[in-house]
Amino acid sequence: MTAFLRATTRFLDRPLSVASRGLVLAGIVALVAGALLPLWRIQLVAPQYQEGLTLEMYTHKIAAGNGGQDLAEINTLNHYIGMKPIAQADFAEMTWMPFAIGVFALLALRAVVMGRIGHLVDLGVLFVYFGAFSLGTFAYRLWSYGHHLDAHAPMRVAPFTPVVIGSQQIANFVQTSLPMAGTVCMGLFLAALCGAIWLSRREEL
Amino acid sequence: MTIPTRLVAAGGLLAAALAASACNPPGRRVQVADASAASKTYVAPGEKDQFYLFYSGGHSGQVYVAGIPSMRHIATIPVFARYPGTGYGYDEESKRMLGAFTWGDVHHPGLSQTDGTYDGRWLFVNDNANNRVARIDLRDFKTKQILGPIPNSSGNHGSSFVTENSEYVLVATRFSVPLPKGRYADPAKYEAEFNGMVSGLKVEKDTGTLSVGWQVLTPPFNWDLGSTGKGPSSGWAFWTSYNSEMASDALEANSTRLDRDYAAIVNWRAAEQAVKDGKAVLMAGVPVLDPAKVPGVMYLLPVPKSPHGIDTDPSGRWIVASGKLQPVASVFDFEKIKAAIDRKQFDKEVRGIPVLNYEAVLEGDVPVGLGPLHTQYDGKGNAYTSLYVESSVAKWKLPPWSKEERADLNKVVVDKIAVHYNIGHLVIGASDTKAPYGQYLVAMNKLSKGRHLSVGPSQPESSQLIDITGQKMSMLYESFTEPEPHFAQILKADKIAPIEVYPKAENHDPNAVWTAEQAGVTRTGNKVDVKMMSIRSRFVPDKLEVRVGDEVTIHVTNVEQTTDMIHGLGIVEHDLNVVMDPGETKTVRFTASKPGVFPFYCTNFCSALHQEMQGYLAVKP
Repeated sequence: MTAFLRATTRFLDRPLSVASRGLVLAGIVALVAGALLPLWRIQLVAPQYQEGLTLEMYTHKIAAGNGGQDLAEINTLNHYIGMKPIAQADFAEMTWMPFAIGVFALLALRAVVMGRIGHLVDLGVLFVYFGAFSLGTFAYRLWSYGHHLDAHAPMRVAPFTPVVIGSQQIANFVQTSLPMAGTVCMGLFLAALCGAIWLSRREEL
Repeated sequence: MTIPTRLVAAGGLLAAALAASACNPPGRRVQVADASAASKTYVAPGEKDQFYLFYSGGHSGQVYVAGIPSMRHIATIPVFARYPGTGYGYDEESKRMLGAFTWGDVHHPGLSQTDGTYDGRWLFVNDNANNRVARIDLRDFKTKQILGPIPNSSGNHGSSFVTENSEYVLVATRFSVPLPKGRYADPAKYEAEFNGMVSGLKVEKDTGTLSVGWQVLTPPFNWDLGSTGKGPSSGWAFWTSYNSEMASDALEANSTRLDRDYAAIVNWRAAEQAVKDGKAVLMAGVPVLDPAKVPGVMYLLPVPKSPHGIDTDPSGRWIVASGKLQPVASVFDFEKIKAAIDRKQFDKEVRGIPVLNYEAVLEGDVPVGLGPLHTQYDGKGNAYTSLYVESSVAKWKLPPWSKEERADLNKVVVDKIAVHYNIGHLVIGASDTKAPYGQYLVAMNKLSKGRHLSVGPSQPESSQLIDITGQKMSMLYESFTEPEPHFAQILKADKIAPIEVYPKAENHDPNAVWTAEQAGVTRTGNKVDVKMMSIRSRFVPDKLEVRVGDEVTIHVTNVEQTTDMIHGLGIVEHDLNVVMDPGETKTVRFTASKPGVFPFYCTNFCSALHQEMQGYLAVKP
């Protein structure tokens, strides 16, 4: 047991190879790119909306299709079932996510300079937690929009959860929700951290 | 054959033809389009037409938009008459444009041009009845301006002819009246007291705004149709006239005594310069040139009597005038006209205006058939002339002609196709530009008798689509329109990209409201001002409380930014209906004259709860 703990500590103290540090740097680039690219897209298609109404979620904003008009259109349609208007201001994560990304980028840079496997493990664990938490709040918001319907709305529908990944039929609309380039970049960052650990798993120097 | 003998011969034929023109010409088999024609006009559901067809709506006062090749009516653009379908003529802005008139008579639409080709910006249309010209913006297909009644003018038939770079829309009077207008004179003193006018309406380069630039005083002939020059005839314009006899009564007989009438050849660039040089006198605020005192502005050209169309070909060299009482299309060579003017080869002067020598400028009289009216061009050296009496379109070759053809001009008439019936105008896309499309011809026939399901005595007009890509013309399709297309214009569909909503950012109406919080009612004395919002499926506010005698103004904004999400506002028993396109604000004003509660509702179907989109105007005694 003691031997295992010592081995673990030795492993975490191991310095990062040049290749690992390079990989982490590349991961930082992907992370920053991910902060600027759309993370998730929700699309609604109906017979009279063949071209679809789209919302793209970023770390810092909601961008709607048709020059922003699609958000107004979705909200106009949703008012018939008593759904609360979707507003960027309600997505608190869009204020702290860019800050968090900055913190992760700085911690990753720190790991590049200080160069120990332990730094990468800290970073990876925190980042996974951050990712899971963000996805969780996103899913919760979707659930919340679909479950807090005004009882005095013109149309009464059973509370529903918009799908997070995949497609589903809601009345006359097919709703499709899929991760986008930003999420892929976040995944690449995590993969870079893992890769860097893997490359430096054996003691060298 | 000299002109007079040919006239006698043609006269006999014509007498019979005129009498028979309302029936099927004897011996003519009614041509039925081949079934394969169907595939050439079929536009599958969801597919779009290749061309816009802008029909004048005649005395309906409107412009109709159809698609080619399907010939389907797509929309009506209201211009000179109210049109509750789009709320035109009920809101303050369109009421202001219409003024005191409730109708107009649209004859000749003209598309704006840049460098002698359509630029897809504006469509100008004339009002024959009230001397007006309107501008339709092709960005949103809406009437933006109605200019007129044009001063010193009566009966604007001779427009809207647009110059090569849309510098001017040129206008000539069909009717002459004593000038200045408002002056009484006995029509028996027509020759001495009456005058016609040619007007240059200036088009503001960026906005298209029309204003009366200058006018040229003319003898009291009845100016009929015209066209503008290009190439060698750049800077010139042409109009035919009838009644060079200057008769004021029983024109049918009295205006057809002479063998020839006059066409006007106007140097509009010279007119513009002469006005700049201070050679005009002001009449009703407009600089007016007297061509007798300002040489070089206007010439007269004798043409076969009672001519109708005078059409410049795409090269600008050949000017074709049709004498509707003679079976020929007269081709004049503008190079010869220019030479005759330079050499001062004039026969005489009429009221100080030089008259050109007919033979000196004529290239040839093409025997096209009976009752030739208008000529269009395919840009491949062919001309197409509508034959009213003969109910046909003749295809013929423009000059240059071979020696053999010149000896017998029957040889240049290469094809003829029957149309049903009594064709007036015909149109080929961009025929009045440097580069005609040359694909389709639309024959606009005055009589449709019996070609459609019977709709009683009030009959529609018929329009026939003809394929002109082959050596022989072939009939493809026919459609029926409300009264009454005269001329039309064809525009390639990809030449324009109209907007489908009015962007919120472009709405500068100070009374527009975009949220329920901004909407509301303000009262100042007996004036009640309502700022109303309309959105699926409600009006905010939806209760208006006023008192009898209040002047109520409603500014209603459609806050939608979605294509085809149109709302209307109709007030029961108040003769009011406005329709707001997405992003548009309209203003209606009325006096609450009777007590009671008057529901108002959305008139343009908008959504599943459209029926519920209503409110109340409660009027206290």
